[in-house]
Amino acid sequence: MDFSLNEIQAMLADSVDKFIQNEYDFDTRQAYAESDTGFSADVWSTFAELGWTAVPFAEDDGGLDGGPADIMVLMQQLARGLVVEPYLANVILAGGILRRAANAEQKERWLQPMIAGELHATLAFNEPQARYRLTSVATTATRDGDDWILNGCKGVVLNGGTADLLIIPARTSGNADDERGITLFGVAADSDGLTCNAYATYDGQRAAEVILDGVCVEDRAVLGEVDDGFADLDATIDEATLAVCAEAVGIMQVLKDKTVEYSKDRSQFGVPIGSFQELQHRMVDMLMACEQAQSLLLWAVMANASGSEESKRAVSSIKYLVSTAGRSLGEDAIQIHGGMGVTWELDVAHYFKRLTAIGTMFGDADWHLDKLASASH
Amino acid sequence: MHVTFSEADLAFQEEVRTFFRDEYPDEIREAVSSGEELPREMQIRWQKILFEKGWAGINWPTEHGGTGWTPVQKYIYAREEGNANAPVIVPFGLNMVGPVIYTFGSEAQKNRFLPDILASNTWWCQGYSEPGAGSDLASLKTKGDLVGDHWVVNGTKTWTTLGQFADWIFCLVRTTSDVARRQEGISFLLIDMKSPGVTVKPIILLDGTHEVNEIHFDNVEVPVENLVGEEGKGWTYGKVLLQHERTNSANTFRSEYRLRKLREQAATSVRGAPPLADDKNFMRRLAAVEVELKGLEYTELRTLAAVSSGKAPGPESSFLKIKGTEIQQAIDTLYMDAAGYYALPYRADPSVGEGTETLTALRYFNFRKATIYAGSNEIQKNIIAKHVLGL
Repeated sequence: MDFSLNEIQAMLADSVDKFIQNEYDFDTRQAYAESDTGFSADVWSTFAELGWTAVPFAEDDGGLDGGPADIMVLMQQLARGLVVEPYLANVILAGGILRRAANAEQKERWLQPMIAGELHATLAFNEPQARYRLTSVATTATRDGDDWILNGCKGVVLNGGTADLLIIPARTSGNADDERGITLFGVAADSDGLTCNAYATYDGQRAAEVILDGVCVEDRAVLGEVDDGFADLDATIDEATLAVCAEAVGIMQVLKDKTVEYSKDRSQFGVPIGSFQELQHRMVDMLMACEQAQSLLLWAVMANASGSEESKRAVSSIKYLVSTAGRSLGEDAIQIHGGMGVTWELDVAHYFKRLTAIGTMFGDADWHLDKLASASH
Repeated sequence: MHVTFSEADLAFQEEVRTFFRDEYPDEIREAVSSGEELPREMQIRWQKILFEKGWAGINWPTEHGGTGWTPVQKYIYAREEGNANAPVIVPFGLNMVGPVIYTFGSEAQKNRFLPDILASNTWWCQGYSEPGAGSDLASLKTKGDLVGDHWVVNGTKTWTTLGQFADWIFCLVRTTSDVARRQEGISFLLIDMKSPGVTVKPIILLDGTHEVNEIHFDNVEVPVENLVGEEGKGWTYGKVLLQHERTNSANTFRSEYRLRKLREQAATSVRGAPPLADDKNFMRRLAAVEVELKGLEYTELRTLAAVSSGKAPGPESSFLKIKGTEIQQAIDTLYMDAAGYYALPYRADPSVGEGTETLTALRYFNFRKATIYAGSNEIQKNIIAKHVLGL
């Protein structure tokens, strides 16, 4: 039994930590978030140079052969800087599909440039009517000779506005909500008939509504088998769920630490507010939430990495905890910071907002609790 | 990063599993699963079976007849014990006073007391709390005056669990009152329950059971050789023991067993009612407790991994106590709600309805104590705030 980081993980954690410490303070992050694209192209190039964009990919594809535990370590550290560069969209989401479904030619065309930081990609896993159902794919792809014609709408596509490549799940057969009949397409963002309405989200990130109006793609745009894209989509979203949970656990730890520090510095009635028992007990609750979340994260990452039958349950468990305990931890952090907690100026509010966004992403607390309630184990 | 066990640990797991399968008597097994209090003689019989196997002193070093198990082996044992729904060991002798005696006691005390504790020949109880000293234990008033070669003890101890069966009691007693800190001047005394001047008065708990007592000491003469360690240092010894009590109270595997049973029960129809599994609200609440318990299990594993790699265990015992007891009570509540009306006839005799669900209320009411004993959960939060958060 061993929960310690291996040598490579320790190096990864250390290098991300140094980067955040030296080059990514809160003001810098805010400037990147408020820039045109919502992130820094230079920073993204640095991520690629340092090999962070290569972590989960096979060595043959130019990757580092890392697994869920390595991604966990990286995400937990990136969380400390509230990093806005599109790691999730590119490496975890688009990368997750490309890694699983792309053929050699597609890897060369899309995956390798993505790892090199030269091509931005994302996965449009959501549709306006879907809520959290991955199977709710109303976007259609129909045959037109050797080509495919795509029609439909994708909602809240993460970093959709800056992506060069959009991976589009589209229905090629079956009924709404069937797992079978979903096909994955790699679609260039500049395709005729594709409109992308990009916007900022409350957590300092970017997303887009994407409309596909008779977009024509060649057959070589199909990733994996026709009608058979769901398994890759589902496995990718599980990994992405773990990745954002790791980020959330990192944020929870930052919020807990910042709150405890603040309560020691801030005096009222002539004493530090951290001497009040009511606040102490709340902060102990925050600490316990961090420990529980870290524990479940480790379970889930190990279950997912080993492909155990517990994996689905473990992923839903950590996501449920992050969505519930994370929310109350964030709310307590704001409350204990008092008036300062509700200002734009203080970083605490921005950690809270990102934590809140993660709470919703890939299924909220109710969604995952429902899965756990009906699972038999 | 992995949670696999070594070959040796897996072999050990198999040995423990086999033991619980083959040597846990059906009669005791049935008595435990009935939910009623286990009769004294069955409790002792079980503990003697463990003694014969060499597994009575789980935490004890081998030189005193203990198992000498590694932290991982203890963990494996606790898991199998929970899965088997084996009786909870009465902790006062084996888990509490035993370790205090072998750590701080004299050679004479070790020779005199340890063998009988290990073999469950003597029944011990704990004299800590007093009517005026609960969470604020250091304010205890039971007094010991040195007269010749005896400590003369006067005062009252309370919440003394199963004191009605006890042969001996270990007590925190104030032996010096002129001290700078209230934690000083308290001594750790071993007192024979048959001593003249000891009276045991039952306290009936809200579930109607006689589990705890008030013990009065009226000029009770305790030979000086029954003082453990140094005079005035009892608080330090007692604290060591309390940390152990707290870690024990996480009860992860017993909770796991009870949740698993509840899920099984929920899948079937009871008294012709639709299965509870059809009730989404109930199943959601059940699932939420399962998540918390899984978190606790991995927190314990993380603690264990740290201890195994040589790190000292710290105030996480407080964390485990808080979470463990909260989860226990959450499960009790689920059982109550699962039983509905049929929680009302709260004794098994005469039998009403279908079996054990009539005992859920007994458990629910009785275990309100879990968040109060061993230092209430609020006290545990104070400890974490001070020692972990530095507040």
